[in-house]
Amino acid sequence: MMLGITQKNKDGWVVLELSGEIDMATGPQLRQTIVQRVQEGDIRIILDLSGIDFVDSTGLGVLIGGLKRTRSHGGDLQCVGLTKPLKEMFKLTGLDAVLYTEDSKEDFHD
Amino acid sequence: MTKGITLEIPAKAEYLSLVRAVVVSAAGLDPAVEDQRIEDLRLAVSEATTNAIRAHANLGSDERITIRCGLGDDRIEVEVQDRGPGFNPEKLKELGSLNEPERLQYEGGFGIPLMRVLADEIQIDSADEGTTVQLVVYIPPSS
Repeated sequence: MMLGITQKNKDGWVVLELSGEIDMATGPQLRQTIVQRVQEGDIRIILDLSGIDFVDSTGLGVLIGGLKRTRSHGGDLQCVGLTKPLKEMFKLTGLDAVLYTEDSKEDFHD
Repeated sequence: MTKGITLEIPAKAEYLSLVRAVVVSAAGLDPAVEDQRIEDLRLAVSEATTNAIRAHANLGSDERITIRCGLGDDRIEVEVQDRGPGFNPEKLKELGSLNEPERLQYEGGFGIPLMRVLADEIQIDSADEGTTVQLVVYIPPSS
């Protein structure tokens, strides 16, 4: 399973629409995309996870790394479109306490 | 175990998706297994296999990783066996609980705590010649 990444801009945020799975095989691709965006000055990033079927602990590490990287530059990383299993995992790992999430892009407000 | 399959994979991350698909398919053979428990097993097995792949990578080993999945009357058992250098699972507890905000200072180390939460039983046997992780998810009695 591959990871699909489509990049868009919305209200001063870069939106990365993700599809597929985030694990040890695909996590580096997402990490590299976030690093590249931040290097180019895009420090406010939204990850649209509505097309993501699976995230493991490697994927969580990528999200935490992205959160730390954007915030260290004065920006932020937020997640939208979490499926029910993903919400459970965020809750289980405490990620929901530090990572701002919304159910869908339509719910997102700057 | 009355039914079971064995899978041997190269220690490469590209095979994780295949392992998850096979285990989910095997677990789904019993209609009594709830979807949420299959999701739990899917993630737990992925974590165990990821750790096994990392163990081989650290050693530069070309040996294969073995995944055994058994379906019994009251349980699903999955065993992930690597030939890596082994580790001491007790030392991982130093990172703290999963849901403590301070824990998020670390980008790694979620795997084994997640497995402990997701599986009904977990046993980790690790030695210099390799590690075997056994994960058990209970099947509720049919009504």
